[in-house]
Amino acid sequence: MDISAQKIKELKAFAIKIRIETIKETADLGFGHLGGAMSVVELLAVLYGEVMKIDPKNPDWPDRDWLICSKGHAGPAVYAALALKGYFPLEELSTLNKPGTNLPSHCDRNKTPGIDMTTGSLGQGASLAVGVALGHRLDKRDNYTYLILGDGELQEGQVWEAAMLAAHHGLDRLIAFVDYNKQQLDGYVRDINDPGDISGKFESFGWNAYKADGRDVADILDRIKSAKLAKGKPSVIVLDTIKGQGCTFAEGKLDNHHMTISREQAEEALAVLYKELEEVTGQ
Amino acid sequence: MSIKLAQGGRPDELEMRTCYCNTLMELAARDDRIVVLDADLMKSMGMMPFKLKYPDRAFDVGVQEANMIGVAAGLSATGKVPFAHSFGPFATRRCFDQVFLSAAYARLNVRIVGSDPGITAAYNGGTHMPFEDLGIMRNVPGITIIEPTDAAMLKDIVIQTADLYGVFYIRLLRRNAVRIYEDGSRFEIGKAVPLRDGTDATVFAMGYLVNESLRAADMLAEDGISLRVVNMFTLKPIDKEMIIKCAEETGAIVTAENHSIINGLGSAVAEVLSEHCPVPLRRVGVRDMFGEVGPVDYLAKRFGLTAEDVARNVREAIELKAQRKR
Repeated sequence: MDISAQKIKELKAFAIKIRIETIKETADLGFGHLGGAMSVVELLAVLYGEVMKIDPKNPDWPDRDWLICSKGHAGPAVYAALALKGYFPLEELSTLNKPGTNLPSHCDRNKTPGIDMTTGSLGQGASLAVGVALGHRLDKRDNYTYLILGDGELQEGQVWEAAMLAAHHGLDRLIAFVDYNKQQLDGYVRDINDPGDISGKFESFGWNAYKADGRDVADILDRIKSAKLAKGKPSVIVLDTIKGQGCTFAEGKLDNHHMTISREQAEEALAVLYKELEEVTGQ
Repeated sequence: MSIKLAQGGRPDELEMRTCYCNTLMELAARDDRIVVLDADLMKSMGMMPFKLKYPDRAFDVGVQEANMIGVAAGLSATGKVPFAHSFGPFATRRCFDQVFLSAAYARLNVRIVGSDPGITAAYNGGTHMPFEDLGIMRNVPGITIIEPTDAAMLKDIVIQTADLYGVFYIRLLRRNAVRIYEDGSRFEIGKAVPLRDGTDATVFAMGYLVNESLRAADMLAEDGISLRVVNMFTLKPIDKEMIIKCAEETGAIVTAENHSIINGLGSAVAEVLSEHCPVPLRRVGVRDMFGEVGPVDYLAKRFGLTAEDVARNVREAIELKAQRKR
């Protein structure tokens, strides 16, 4: 199926809006896990803007597609996408990490409408996703389970335990994404503990592996469509991303896993993004 | 609660694992939410009949305890009712973060079964001999911790937990327990069960130490000492009212567990007593040691878990009570 130019334009605009809201909510607090939130924005735009079967008015709809963001610290970006889709009011984003909030640093299924799983201790989302996919298969549902992993997260052995089991059960309605932004808290992934050939590793575990440009919504969408055609195996899409991408003061910086954000930095980044949004939407 | 005591105090012909499997198969026949998971111990646990009858609902994940707990939690998020088993140390110590976060913190619905408690790990030795599993799991907010004493209780508890929601740790002897209760007995989770009345002291016992405590009561009766025996099969939530009542009525308490005295039953009872009704307390249990290989009777002596050890501690507690009155 051809993806229309109009749809791509919409997804690009949606990505910019997610980025704007994520920067706003973290800037409101003055600090946050900005780098790894920015690098999954285009993926979230594609998932929530086009791919996922969801009903924001009925977050617990049993036939929905599930998203498990195992790199739970990307929560603020997911919250922005959810609010923009209407799961909860946009104004609620400014409560991020404030006392009594429904939007904690890491994803919590019991607090946030639309968050399908509680995550934050890295690696655990992978096993949870396998369990969810197995549950759907037992119920003979045709919904998909999407899993977002960080590249640093691949250092957790539990990811590979889950990968082995998912392939063993041929979970072809499980699609994982690796946010390959090449950085982790302590530095570059290649310097800390290099995961090496990520696609090759997943392939050797029995998965279909694809690569996509994680900054290009069209490419991401295209690869997801390919992954859905592959039968009998789970699929992984390794997204080539930049930690902090699309955010002037975070992109390409070394210490951007968790960072302080000044009012001026936020305003500068937002000005650039509003201009981009105008260019994309032509308004 | 509707309880009938069995006569004789003899090992049951029915193994606990057979009862576990039979009960789950009964449940599975009428409830398609029931699923079981194991980490390459399905044969050891006697679960092959279940796997043969319900192959789609039996997940042997291989040697992956952490993954097993996460998968169980994920299954429960889709409405399934998972029972996940491994040996006690590997169902707790090995995967504690997964139990804590993926299951409990996420408010999911998982039953974790840890087998071969304490010295019953016998010839598997120190690596497989959990004296700390209860202590580890007690730290999980909202968890329910149960050590079924015999097959009658096990069957009732498994059936009950299938219809409850939350995270459960069921500490399970795989082989033949001494039969304490008649089939059909019904128990209330969180309510301790008095087994024998007595006035001089109370012993709160769990698991393997329940029958040893009954034997201790017999031995002490010959010397005219009246020991009350209470089966504290639920460690969490602990039956505070029963502890306070027995402390007030008998004035001396002993705890008896096939586990470390650190953060197990002894600690739990001590916490209640010291806050509400401080009376002399002695704790029978493993005293900050690792396990080792050997037959169960040898290990019981080695770690001080025999009827004689219970009786000695009861006498000491009663002596402390008498000293206090002087």
